[in-house]
Amino acid sequence: MSVDVTPRGTSGTTADGGRGSSRPSAPPSSGPPRRRKVTLAARLRRDGALLLMVLPAVALLAVFAYVPMLGNVIAWQDYSPYTGFVNSPFVGWWNFERVFTNPLFLDAVVNTLIISAFQIVLFFPVPIVLALLLHSVLSPAVRTTIQSIVYLPHFFSWVIVVTIFQQIFGGAGYVAGRMREAGYTGFDLMTNPDTFYLLITAQVVWKDAGWGIIIFLAALSTVNPNLYEAAVVDGAGRWRRMWHVTLPALRPVIVLLLILRLGDSLTVGFEQLILQRNAVGVGVSEVLDTFVYYQGVVNGDWAFAAAAGLVKGIVSLVLVLAANRVAHVFGESGVYQRAER
Amino acid sequence: MLSASSYRKFVRGRNRPVWEEDPNPAGLVVKALVLVAIVAAVLFPLYTIVLTSLSSQADVTRAGGLVTVPGTLSLAAYEQILSGGIVTRATLVSIGVTTVGTLLSTVVSVLAAYGMSRPGSLWHRPILFVFLITMFFGAGMIPTYLLVSNLGLIDSYWSLILPTAISAFNVLILRSFFMGIDREILDAARVDGASDWLVLGRIVLPMSKAAVAVVALFYGVGYWNAFFNAMLYINDNAKWPLQLVLRSYVLQGVTLPGSGTGQVDVDDGAVTGLPVKMAVLVLAVIPVLLVYPFVQRHFTKGVILGAIKG
Repeated sequence: MSVDVTPRGTSGTTADGGRGSSRPSAPPSSGPPRRRKVTLAARLRRDGALLLMVLPAVALLAVFAYVPMLGNVIAWQDYSPYTGFVNSPFVGWWNFERVFTNPLFLDAVVNTLIISAFQIVLFFPVPIVLALLLHSVLSPAVRTTIQSIVYLPHFFSWVIVVTIFQQIFGGAGYVAGRMREAGYTGFDLMTNPDTFYLLITAQVVWKDAGWGIIIFLAALSTVNPNLYEAAVVDGAGRWRRMWHVTLPALRPVIVLLLILRLGDSLTVGFEQLILQRNAVGVGVSEVLDTFVYYQGVVNGDWAFAAAAGLVKGIVSLVLVLAANRVAHVFGESGVYQRAER
Repeated sequence: MLSASSYRKFVRGRNRPVWEEDPNPAGLVVKALVLVAIVAAVLFPLYTIVLTSLSSQADVTRAGGLVTVPGTLSLAAYEQILSGGIVTRATLVSIGVTTVGTLLSTVVSVLAAYGMSRPGSLWHRPILFVFLITMFFGAGMIPTYLLVSNLGLIDSYWSLILPTAISAFNVLILRSFFMGIDREILDAARVDGASDWLVLGRIVLPMSKAAVAVVALFYGVGYWNAFFNAMLYINDNAKWPLQLVLRSYVLQGVTLPGSGTGQVDVDDGAVTGLPVKMAVLVLAVIPVLLVYPFVQRHFTKGVILGAIKG
């Protein structure tokens, strides 16, 4: 099980050189030139413990992430749970044709994009503004207290968030009650399709705006104070300093997150919407994920739903990869470099 | 700009750089108001919900909904939902799934992260790729459902754990933390003859308590809050976790099964009345509130490590 390192002690530190004690940013797979060629068996013996450690996680991913990827084959089948994957007949692109000619699918696409747009315009800037505001609070005690409070809703489930909103803004909720007391007619924000997009954006803001500031605060903390001092010497006031020093410091993070959000346009809060779909009606609340759920799991049209889900997954993948490419163009590190150092 | 007064403030120990202007009083007031409003927006709903769960039905009727002014306080609502019945069962299910799931996920993730944290180790790049792909392309809901169903996991608690047991993102957070540990320490241990298991257990883990705590919190909160998996895979409402109970009986106002034709049956933990509903809500929030303060201070480190840095 455990790999003893002493046997390769004879070749000294170079034996370990393959693992790069100097931590090169891109360790060459062939190894440093001075290292002797190590056979596969020797490397297996050396790194066997490491491989064994990775095994459970890889096994879980293989079963619960990769097998389902293969399971998408039913999108090309006339699938029935009774006949199974193996015996269901292949029908070519029939399911995809049904998806693209289905008016409900197109509605779901439109709703998804509208909700994404709402989130980008109304939610995305909020954490930035909040971070700037908090950053300007001088007392560390006050700042960290406020931080801990605004992070908190991120850790509540969507069921809890939606229930809280229902209790505050619903027909029998707090605000409606106070309005009736004051002589106005009450209202029910939770079932009103006209304001639904604003409502769910407000929920996202309440839940995640606080959490979103972490990354911006980190970027702000790296700004060199000398820049501010230099700006002052050049005669910059409060707002000019924000414009010329603070915001440029945030720019890389803002650009990166914005691009990633754009790449993720087809994914909007699934649990959030499925919880409120019945109350507000399908017309405004059906998005791609809920569409797949209702067509597949509820209506039992598995192959059709799998095809719709696959279309969404592939378009999303393309969007994310494209977004990442754009991020690289902007000189940012993007996402899939995150693991390499 | 560097007036005598602002310099004096600096030497008086105010945490303000010498060159900065004096704050504008009106600006200060506006800023304070905005900050108070933000904090209130988070805390007020929690306050009124906790208060309502502790109030009597009479107070709720008088308030016409959520209670904002304390009246008679009692724990009756909590006694009702925790004295057996579906809410009690659901709480136990949630606690069980969260405990087992968090342990499993954290252990497996730490092992995987350490296993991939040695640059140049055998096959570490292809293995890393196996993790990365899952971050960009999910298999989709339908094939996943069919898999879980074919494995016979419907109505099994494992269906709430195994499909979401590994998050590649969390593994990568841990991995970059492990890679940040000074190589010299690990090399020294290995020269002294320590195996990889020993290095992980005796050196790496004790040095990475913060990162492991944050990742465990992420997993734990994920299991505790998971509602959709339960909705998909658990049909038997005796096995429902708390989030599902919350949705049906609190959000949608469905009458509890087990209370027969819908009459109130206190022994069965029938959820009726706003205090009881809010007590269920509070029950679903409490574990997060309990763990949060201990892990909270490590957030920045853990999150930034995984998110920004390359």
